[in-house]
Amino acid sequence: MKNKLETIPFIDSPEKHAAMDAIIAQWKDVPGALVQVLEKVQDVYGYLPLEVQQFVAEGMDAPLEEVYGIVTFYSFFSIYPKGQHTISVCMGTACYVKGAGDILDRLQKVLDVEPGQCTKDGRFSLDACRCVGACGLAPVVTIDGEVYGRLEADRVEEILAKYRD
Amino acid sequence: MYRSHVLICGGTGCTSSGSVKIQEVLEKELKKQGLEDEVKVIQTGCFGLCALGPIMIVYPEGCFYAGPTVDDIPEIVSEHLLKGRPVKRLLYQETVAGETIKSLNHTDFYRKQTRVALQNCGVIDPEKIEEYIAYDGYEALGRCLTEYTPQQVIDIILRSGLRGRGGAGFPTGKKWSFAAAQPAGVKYVCCNADEGDPGAFMDRSILEGDPHALLEAMAIAGYAIGSEQGYVYVRAEYPIAVKRLEIAIKQAREMGLLGKNILGTDFNFDVEIRLGAGAFVCGEETALMTSIEGKRGEPRVRPPFPAVKGLFGKPTILNNVETYANIPQIILKGPEWFASMGTEKSKGTKVFALGGKINNTGLVEVPMGTTLRTVVEEIGGGIPNGKKFKAAQTGGPSGGCIPAEHLDIPIDYDNLIAIGSMMGSGGLIVMDEDNCMVDIAKFFLEFTVDESCGKCTPCRIGTKRLYEMVDKVTKGQATLEDLDKMEELCYYIKNNALCGLGQTAPNPVLSTLRYFRDEYEAHVVEKRCPAGVCKSLLSYHIEADKCKGCTACARKCPAGAIFGQIKQAHVIDNSKCIKCGACIETCKFGAIVKK
Repeated sequence: MKNKLETIPFIDSPEKHAAMDAIIAQWKDVPGALVQVLEKVQDVYGYLPLEVQQFVAEGMDAPLEEVYGIVTFYSFFSIYPKGQHTISVCMGTACYVKGAGDILDRLQKVLDVEPGQCTKDGRFSLDACRCVGACGLAPVVTIDGEVYGRLEADRVEEILAKYRD
Repeated sequence: MYRSHVLICGGTGCTSSGSVKIQEVLEKELKKQGLEDEVKVIQTGCFGLCALGPIMIVYPEGCFYAGPTVDDIPEIVSEHLLKGRPVKRLLYQETVAGETIKSLNHTDFYRKQTRVALQNCGVIDPEKIEEYIAYDGYEALGRCLTEYTPQQVIDIILRSGLRGRGGAGFPTGKKWSFAAAQPAGVKYVCCNADEGDPGAFMDRSILEGDPHALLEAMAIAGYAIGSEQGYVYVRAEYPIAVKRLEIAIKQAREMGLLGKNILGTDFNFDVEIRLGAGAFVCGEETALMTSIEGKRGEPRVRPPFPAVKGLFGKPTILNNVETYANIPQIILKGPEWFASMGTEKSKGTKVFALGGKINNTGLVEVPMGTTLRTVVEEIGGGIPNGKKFKAAQTGGPSGGCIPAEHLDIPIDYDNLIAIGSMMGSGGLIVMDEDNCMVDIAKFFLEFTVDESCGKCTPCRIGTKRLYEMVDKVTKGQATLEDLDKMEELCYYIKNNALCGLGQTAPNPVLSTLRYFRDEYEAHVVEKRCPAGVCKSLLSYHIEADKCKGCTACARKCPAGAIFGQIKQAHVIDNSKCIKCGACIETCKFGAIVKK
């Protein structure tokens, strides 16, 4: 687990905390709202470290075990902080048969991280995602939502350079 | 009145290739040239031909601009929209025949299609309820509420022969009648828009292109089974679809087409959105409902079936988006019309998401019973770069690979199961000779191992063990005996897993073993990957006649596996080579090959 920013300390801010409390207050009495609340809280903090899970558990009156169970079950939730830029390599079938695996390999090599991790300098996080749905452009990589289609492994560095300054 | 209408695709495929920017520039350019009152720009849903995106169509001529860039826009505006001279160079070349321009519907891609579920996609502005209504929208709901009893609605759906488009193909009318037969009380209508199959995107395109069709159908279902509340479970990864659905729900409420006393009757129905947080197993009906309840989306044992005890313990029906999209038209045009399309046991049409090694990637809708060959060769335009068709994969991680020998089989639910695959949600990925079938089986297994929820042992441990065995094959470490063991394990998992995910997880392995056993055997016996994909079985070689002896590769090689004198051909010692590929990237002369 080299390079992963898992030891980064969690720093709360009053604004974020208040935003979270507002979300919890709005959904507390809606049955089955825990997943929705966690989605919205992740929007606020960017990720869901144990500390935040604890806040949500207390606020929603749910056991922490249940919150943790949900956070680790769905791929949408991240317990690790994200980098400044998020790179998602589409590993859907259409992209895979057109060489998405090679692109992911190259990105791992260039950034020196595994999928799901964030680079040491906190600049990039790398994700292998399911299907972006832009199969006509396969293979596809998205960086912060910007789509790069019909990609070749050799173009990876040139694209990353745009995000380095 | 506008003189021309410009339709620009705003689906995810075209947005990804820059259609939003094109629309901005176009609107600016129209203003600059003083045409903003004469030409109307409309953002639509998906046209289907995603490979040519961004797509722009100009009416009344019906000119199809394929992949224009921002720089092309001023020319299109001044030549075509101002002077009426289509810019032929930028048109989809198949529509240009000498001096005349063919209508889109006469191209190979569209001619063989029958659009029912996709009828309004790429035609109307999905963010305007008025456009949906102009295309007979909500008329089916009105007819159901005022002319038919709930039982009559169910009978119509039963007679149409519509089967679930989400994968298993259960008759929709039957599902509804089970739920309707439950005692009156709280019941739910759910829609599965958690399109988890990687490579399938028809449900998303319908949500993006025609969201009201879904809402109308859910209201009809609510009327039929006696429910007042609907939930759409949609992937959070589909932001455009979610946004359009939200707009559609708001508009329908404002017009009194959702909410209390719909169309002045005493029928109440409303719809809420629930975002899925990314778990493939949530496509399974009981898991989806557990997820809507705000828990880990784990499936549970059936019976009781959801029609009896579903969401929050109440009778519930769950259909997928494409299934719902057929409903309003079945009501309007009659069940006989619908049943006249398709094969004996599979009626109507099916949307496929064509992808992989095929020229016209995109969405196609064909009558059931169309052959795979028609879809791949005629509509799909064949395989790029003159390569040979090897297999088509249907049904995603639950399906199988169909070899060339079955290209002429009419596609329907039962035929696909008979040849070891399944319809699934309609992903259709084409593979050519450069794809290794063992590697593909491994790819899908990796997916199911990752997505297995862990509740039942056959799936949690079985798929993991199966993955390890396939992995051994790709590394050349397996024996022929292992292949038999793999097969045995496949059947064990199939017969014992709790839910559909586990029961179908071995299909990719079983179908590739069945049709491409020779490839498995090549990996096992000859330690060779015929398609040249499996890294462990490849070896790197330097072609002596191309090597200039520049020593760049030898200096780069981290394992010290390359030897040679300056200005003389180098060689790779394969016993030392770690197959990292650094030498290939370094060589400026293309002298290094892997085989």
